[in-house]
Amino acid sequence: MRPRDASPRGPARARRQALLLSAVLLPAALMAQPIANTNTTAPPADPRRSGLFFMSPALQVLQTDDSQNPGMLWVQDGAALWRTDAVPGGKSCASCHGDAAQSQRGVAARYPAWDLASGQALNLHGRINACRGRHQQAPPLAPDHADALALTAYIGQQSRGLPVAPPLDARLAPLRAQGQALWQQRLGQLNLSCAQCHDQHAGGRLGGALIPQAHATGYPTYRLEWQGLGSLQRRLRGCVVGVRAEPFAANATEWLALEAYLATRAAGLPVETPAVRP
Amino acid sequence: MAEPGPESKPAAARVRTLIHLPDVQRRGVPFEVRTTLGHAMENGLRPDGLGNVVPRNLVTSFQCKLDEALVCDVDLYPAIAANPYLAFWVRADGPGTLHFEWRGDNGFLHRETRRVEPA
Repeated sequence: MRPRDASPRGPARARRQALLLSAVLLPAALMAQPIANTNTTAPPADPRRSGLFFMSPALQVLQTDDSQNPGMLWVQDGAALWRTDAVPGGKSCASCHGDAAQSQRGVAARYPAWDLASGQALNLHGRINACRGRHQQAPPLAPDHADALALTAYIGQQSRGLPVAPPLDARLAPLRAQGQALWQQRLGQLNLSCAQCHDQHAGGRLGGALIPQAHATGYPTYRLEWQGLGSLQRRLRGCVVGVRAEPFAANATEWLALEAYLATRAAGLPVETPAVRP
Repeated sequence: MAEPGPESKPAAARVRTLIHLPDVQRRGVPFEVRTTLGHAMENGLRPDGLGNVVPRNLVTSFQCKLDEALVCDVDLYPAIAANPYLAFWVRADGPGTLHFEWRGDNGFLHRETRRVEPA
């Protein structure tokens, strides 16, 4: 009689578990950090690196050369939408804001920001929807609607190269604190927090993929995996599903809280919208 | 497997292209032309979020002519990613017009023209 272990399901399951275990444990070998040289008086160099830094030279050029960057398809769309009435006979963005190259320079770098009228924080996409509701009498756009991506990419591009500048606004503090708590919260069947991969093991590998430091400086981003432009929420959702947790609802505060925390975490790094990532 | 794309169609689903020519073109000196076509390049094998197979929708050929002369002729296949980027070199001995033409499944046809004025 065959022992139980030799059943067709047994070894496969054991292999899966071993694989899972090694995926969690192997990066632990990378945890030992070099001891910082305490003799130097110069301030330590900023250890933060954008995902751009970890990509191959060819991919870096795909982002930095506008004539190759596929995200420019959406930027071009956004430029047209900027000048188009949101509803026929209504107002366009340009009716109030004029030339985006001047009026929108540095705007995307400041979001999420506090909106006095609604008494809540808004990200850039939420700001566009608020404008559509209040001034353009147009319906809101879903986060990954092509028009929303086009407008956020176009407005984001106006801040390209400027440092991420989260506003010094105490009203945003609770949201940022919530975001930081979520960042450190273990989630899903893999029981992993964002911080365990992107703070403790950044630069290591998860399977074949390099773990970036997760600075959200280039959203909306063209991902080769998506073969298209996508929002930060879509990216975060991918990670939440990746640790086998159930993603938050599309309009949940959790996404905004994470975005607000990530903005403080990436403060000072240059905006790269529209970035290209693997 | 890639996550199914949640991106919905824009209000006006028009064909989007990026065509880049160098600012300075010189007579008889080859210069690089870069084109990107906004296209899904669905290979007809991929399931959507509900498990239904997304119908095949590919760009199958690209041609570029300088006036009447063919300068680039490309066949595209299912393994080519979305938003195909094609770059090639053109030598112009005088002023002319570049005619770009993409053809694909379901009668897809898109044309663009660009003027070249080599100095």
